[in-house]
Amino acid sequence: MSDTINPLTRARFPFKIQVEPRLSEPPSWFPALISFGAVIIALIIGAVLIKIAGGDPILSYIHIAKASMGDIGVLSDTLVKATPIIMTALACSVAFRMKLWNIGAEGQFIMGAFGASAVVLSHIFPETTSPWIFIPTMVLAGMLAGGIWGLIPGYLKAKFNVNEIITSLMMNYIAISWINYWIFGAWSEGGFQMSPKFPVNSWLPRLLDYAKTYKILSGLTTHLGLVFGIVAAIILWFVIFRSRWGYEIRLIGDNPSAARYAGINLTLNTVLVMFLSGALAGLGGMSEVTGMVHRLQTSPIAAGYGFTGIIVAWLSKLNPLVIIVVSILFGGLILAGREIQPSGVPKMIQGTILVCLIASDYLLRYRIRIVHSAEEA
Amino acid sequence: MEITDHTGAPTPYIVEMRSITKRFPGVLANDHVDFELKRGEIHALLGENGAGKSTLMNILAGLYHQDGGSILVKGQSVNFSSPRDAIKAGIGMVHQHFMLVPSQTVTENILLGLENPRFLMRLNQYDSKIAALGERFGLIVDPKAKIWQLSVGEQQRVEILKMIYRGAEVLIMDEPTAVLAPQEIDGLFKILRAMAADGKSIIFISHKLQEVTAISDTVTVLRRGKVTARSLPALNVTRQELAKLMVGRDVSFTAVKAFKEPGKVVLDIKNLKTDNDKGLAALRDFSLDIRSGEIVGVAGVAGNGQRELAQVITGLRRCTGGQVFLNGTKVENHEPIFGIDRGISYIPEDRTQVGTAPNLSVTDNIIMKRYRFTPISKGSVINIKAATKMANDLKISYEISVPNVETPVRLLSGGNLQKVILAREISGKPSLMVAVQPTRGLDVGAIEGVHRLLLEQRQAGAAILLISEELEELLSLCDRVFVIYEGCTMGEIKIHNQETSQKMIEQIGMMMTGTPLDQIDLGAEEHV
Amino acid sequence: MEAIIVILQAGIANGTVLLFATLGEIFAERSGVMNLGVEGMMLLGAMSAYSVTIATGNPWLGLLVAMLVSGLLSQIHAYITITLKADQVVSGLALTFLGTGISLVLGEGLSKAGAVSLVPVYSVPLLSAIPILGKIFFTDQSVLVYFGFILAPLAWFYINRTRPGMHLRAVGEYPSAADALGINIFAMRYAYVFLGGMLAGLAGGTISLAISPGWFSEMTTGGQGWIAVGLVIFAQWDPFKAMFGAYIFGALNRVILDIQLPKVILGIANPFFYHTYLGFFLQMIPYAFTILVLVIGSHEANRKRMGAPAALGIPYVRGERGL
Repeated sequence: MSDTINPLTRARFPFKIQVEPRLSEPPSWFPALISFGAVIIALIIGAVLIKIAGGDPILSYIHIAKASMGDIGVLSDTLVKATPIIMTALACSVAFRMKLWNIGAEGQFIMGAFGASAVVLSHIFPETTSPWIFIPTMVLAGMLAGGIWGLIPGYLKAKFNVNEIITSLMMNYIAISWINYWIFGAWSEGGFQMSPKFPVNSWLPRLLDYAKTYKILSGLTTHLGLVFGIVAAIILWFVIFRSRWGYEIRLIGDNPSAARYAGINLTLNTVLVMFLSGALAGLGGMSEVTGMVHRLQTSPIAAGYGFTGIIVAWLSKLNPLVIIVVSILFGGLILAGREIQPSGVPKMIQGTILVCLIASDYLLRYRIRIVHSAEEA
Repeated sequence: MEITDHTGAPTPYIVEMRSITKRFPGVLANDHVDFELKRGEIHALLGENGAGKSTLMNILAGLYHQDGGSILVKGQSVNFSSPRDAIKAGIGMVHQHFMLVPSQTVTENILLGLENPRFLMRLNQYDSKIAALGERFGLIVDPKAKIWQLSVGEQQRVEILKMIYRGAEVLIMDEPTAVLAPQEIDGLFKILRAMAADGKSIIFISHKLQEVTAISDTVTVLRRGKVTARSLPALNVTRQELAKLMVGRDVSFTAVKAFKEPGKVVLDIKNLKTDNDKGLAALRDFSLDIRSGEIVGVAGVAGNGQRELAQVITGLRRCTGGQVFLNGTKVENHEPIFGIDRGISYIPEDRTQVGTAPNLSVTDNIIMKRYRFTPISKGSVINIKAATKMANDLKISYEISVPNVETPVRLLSGGNLQKVILAREISGKPSLMVAVQPTRGLDVGAIEGVHRLLLEQRQAGAAILLISEELEELLSLCDRVFVIYEGCTMGEIKIHNQETSQKMIEQIGMMMTGTPLDQIDLGAEEHV
Repeated sequence: MEAIIVILQAGIANGTVLLFATLGEIFAERSGVMNLGVEGMMLLGAMSAYSVTIATGNPWLGLLVAMLVSGLLSQIHAYITITLKADQVVSGLALTFLGTGISLVLGEGLSKAGAVSLVPVYSVPLLSAIPILGKIFFTDQSVLVYFGFILAPLAWFYINRTRPGMHLRAVGEYPSAADALGINIFAMRYAYVFLGGMLAGLAGGTISLAISPGWFSEMTTGGQGWIAVGLVIFAQWDPFKAMFGAYIFGALNRVILDIQLPKVILGIANPFFYHTYLGFFLQMIPYAFTILVLVIGSHEANRKRMGAPAALGIPYVRGERGL
């Protein structure tokens, strides 16, 4: 066939890059590799940005690694930070799976914390009530409050086709004002902008509670919330991949027209999934306020866990079990980031990671080949 | 204005395509294709779906770039990197799906992408200019009208005007008759002949033999990306010869249909009314009935309410009046699940947008209508093993060619995707099957398979509603054909033993353009 | 009466921020690209405008840099969604995170910076003499406010009455039709996303250099970028309706501030003055109002069956075969 190659073709650069849609599934390790690569590239870009801002990127990263995984004490702190992220990421993952862009996990998280706090601060139970009553009540109250906060955008979406991205985000701001109203007003402790400390019986058990029996646990603040998060992740995995409801969610997420055609009620599922999403975030808020902060206070509760959850959910490809692992990594990043100057670095790195991650998805959908131009003829 | 080639010698061709090769991932769409077009001729490009006709013409129109081969226009070698280059060289294409912006006026659409006017749009000046140009070729259309207000035939005229306004000398028409009623087709052919007489050259892409022999001077046939006949004079070939060139073997034009005594009435539609997505009336007064063991067709030009009819029956759209009875139960204005539970199955027009979930596996797509029942699910839990077994069984019995049932269906070809849908819909043993354009875009082998399955369902006693724009398909499969026009029933034609007559086709054609059957008969009597 | 005039006057000023951001998003969405990164771009604009002005003393230079920087940031979104064809929602979110993060890092310490020269304030001769309206629209307003008055009608005229505007509408409604006529879809979308970014940057700069000068980290914008995205839907992609919506929001913000000041209101003791924590309910109002406005806007759009540009959110792939 060589005689058919025209001289023009031959004179060109002998290689060219061809992009074509994938016709078969890439091997199962490939997406993981791509995501890993994206994170590495994001860290490199982050380093450049830190350098521009006048920091030392290498020291920063070493510091992050040490300050998050260096010894059992900081590892425990990392797990404490990871706990709320697991739950907000689960919240985002279930909504995103149905292509409901719930970016209000932050507000639902805050409302979860509010719901749990209300159980304590409304004094419906005396302070000496058994934790066996306190904790389940607070779990329910937190999930309900968060769930309602998710349900509102869900209902508006289902009923009036209102863009849930903006409504769920607006609900974040409303949630912050709502808890501010309480802690500046009725629940203020002596005029300070925080509620009184919760009675010990309402705290989630922590590892250090068992330090008398096991010495090694002393000072470790990892609390029951982590177990809640892991159990929630396992249940959610089962629901999504093994249950009828999960099948419906996946079908709606992939093609709502097909789901409707298959006889699935989109309106009802939109509302239900947004409620579930809000309830999961609410569980996170409950666990944070009763396991870690022990009082209602704006800054440690409205600390951006809901937004980190979005990134973690995406990085985990919406898989609940992967979320556990990725949340721990992000917990470390946030923990260590607190001491890094400038203070916006963790947020910036998170943003960079998400950008690189979305860009890298291209490689999963398209195949890039370098070919000899001669092959074309 | 004699055309010469690069050596200065005269050549009769306005377009020459030499050894064009185009590869898509997994498909060789054009394999060293040669094509030439003379000035002033109507040249048919004939081939089955997927033969590579549209690809070849998209290359000529600058939308794709060929992997190999060369194009000469008026003897000069050209290299199109965009449609703009092709238009500059005088080549314009009228696509099958019209490339018109619905929210803009006719004039705006025609001026789109042009250098003039440079900045300010003083549309009034251009309106009259465009009306005058239309007058010349019989392309009558209101320049101030918004596209969405126009009929399909009018939109086609806008498309042609758009190309003429740009000074196109070569007009590529991609399956222009697919969306038209028989009488509108005659009108189009007149316009095309007028343009050819005016010196324009026309490429007419089609897979319909009778049209090709009716309109064209010359025919080129493609099969699986290769030329099987190059520039045949249309006068000298028969339909049978062309069919053989196109398909590669002798084709029987009708599927063989066994006798079946129709049973009780399964579907009864009375005076149905509904709106389309824009809130305009789509069905005004439509009635139809189907008995078990019957295939009943709905013929009509696209956009006369067929899509909405299927949606109302299957519960995907609410109706504003009338009733739909399925085995005596009212099924209209319920959720889709209501009909599914009562034995309605639905082969939607749009395989990828409605019929399947592209990123989910074959299994997940197969169980779409069965996941609520044992053995696929027990309680609220899905039994993966049972689902996989069902998918594998159907994969074998419907010959779905796919490596395994875990493959996402977006990787399937059109024919295989339709098999997945048919397997799912038929395996539920429906009492009513609604099939909308079930063979659109499939190749001949796959079309025969779909027809065979529909006829099998008829033998099995299902009632089948077949909505199609292919008159030939309707006439060969249906026991009765209803004609729909602007959402109303125009009349009903009974077909005994697949015997069709020219009169029948004429009647259907008249009804498709808005003349009710009883009035056609009256008219005939007056002439006698 | 005087109080209402003051509120409206300030409302126009406040609303100018939303107006710029909303107009920018209208351009991007009209071309078919939804950019949810407005909040991030605004923050970056506010931060760069403020820091450049501190460094140079020239607010005009500050605004110019803000527009360029935010425009550049928007190109990340453009690349990801137009070239790499990724989901516009997720990419827009990522852009907000990125913009916020970068602004916080680079803006570190800025809040302690001292006074800075602001965009000048100006009263229009003659026009300011008109009773009431002159006071509201043309007295002691920032030059940027006047620019807003001109920009919205210009945007409307551009979109509806000019050739590039017609191309813009075609690209957002039916890109393959535009492509078939040789309009470069990709270039147009990149350009309008860039324009959207520049206007978001201008909106940010308008905050930090004119309306409420200073850099207060994330609170500088306080969610106005998101409100702008909501306003686009309310305005149904029409610059004039966007102008109307933006000014209403601006006035609303001012009312909320002013209502907390007097001891007595309408003859009764002002609860917001005596119980400051009640003010948090006032703070919710703009966000709750956004939700309300969206419900109304969506209801209207459903009723009239008109809506977003048809190709909004859909990446353009030329001649994609049915894969």
